[in-house]
Amino acid sequence: MTREEVIAGLAEILEEVAGVDPADVSEEKSFTEELDVDSLSMVEVVVAAEEKFGVKIPDDEVQNLKTVGDAADFVLKHL
Amino acid sequence: MSNGSKILSFGHYQPSRVLTNDDLAQMVDTTDEWIQSRVGIKERRIADSETVADMAAFAAEKALAASGLTAQDIDLVVVATCTAADRSPNIACRVAQKLDIGTPAAYDVNTACSGFTYALATADHAIRAGASRNAIVIGAEKLSEILDWSDRTTCVIFGDGAGAAVLTATAEGEQPGICPVVWGSEPGDAIRIESWRPFIYQEGQKVFRWATTQMPLVARQACEKAGVTPEELGGFIPHQANLRIIEPFARKLGVDPEVVARDIVESGNTSAASIPMALSKMIERGEVKSGTPVLLIGFGGGLTYAGQVVRCP
Repeated sequence: MTREEVIAGLAEILEEVAGVDPADVSEEKSFTEELDVDSLSMVEVVVAAEEKFGVKIPDDEVQNLKTVGDAADFVLKHL
Repeated sequence: MSNGSKILSFGHYQPSRVLTNDDLAQMVDTTDEWIQSRVGIKERRIADSETVADMAAFAAEKALAASGLTAQDIDLVVVATCTAADRSPNIACRVAQKLDIGTPAAYDVNTACSGFTYALATADHAIRAGASRNAIVIGAEKLSEILDWSDRTTCVIFGDGAGAAVLTATAEGEQPGICPVVWGSEPGDAIRIESWRPFIYQEGQKVFRWATTQMPLVARQACEKAGVTPEELGGFIPHQANLRIIEPFARKLGVDPEVVARDIVESGNTSAASIPMALSKMIERGEVKSGTPVLLIGFGGGLTYAGQVVRCP
């Protein structure tokens, strides 16, 4: 899976879980500050990402995933 | 010995003092919009002079009055609470005394927010074992006493109150009204009330994840053990922790949205009191029909959980 595919997958999840416009989703965007994903929606994003990409994202890791790029890095590293 | 037990009636008590989100916004850095969007709460009730035992007794008194039994018929009192101020006597003994129940077996159960469904299971088991015939099971909490009123992440969530149910042994050949419990605990202390810091502390994201991913599995198991499908439920009463847990939980199961408890909106999270209080109010408003199967799911500190289907009285 390429980085672009992971980011496109995250954009789909963000649209479904938090109503984020996929056009707004890019590498450097912060989930909470810029995409307006609150802490509980972030958990829903993480759970959906685990299912979609088949990776395990531990509770303690969630706080380190500040931007879409951080999440893509984590997913690619653990695929 | 009996083949099971059933619930005869419910009752609840809430203190009269209402604390709104706007009131809280005067106390900590928060807003009505923030609270409603994060947890779905509009207001909660806060006890003034009432103790946990007072609230438990008020709720039990109402349930008893609606049950057709008298105080002398009761031989077991079980109270679920994590906010008892005294180590002894327990709240159950205090309730027995307040209601003049004579000499019942009386004990407290502490599994925090899953307390009522745990207590209900233990009372059902006592009746099945022949150790009791008529029981009162109560969930009562005074969480306002253990809140850090300067912590905006927790003080906006919780409230005070109590709910109670009266149980009786089913007659021979009668269908049990309390179905098998699915209960357990899991490592993880994401919700804590510790002696060194006697306030509720919780790791919201961890709890939210656990509740939204694991509790639907427990709910399905409880339905299977009762032989009903989620679509057939006449009431769905999950612990009133957060509207953002309750609503997706109900959708995931496929429960009729009309029968889902949303008492959190007007009561906040009242821990062990939330389930009996929510159901008691729904019955009072005619929202849950008598005889229909109702799914109760308690989950919270420990982590602990317990769920069972009961027949609505």
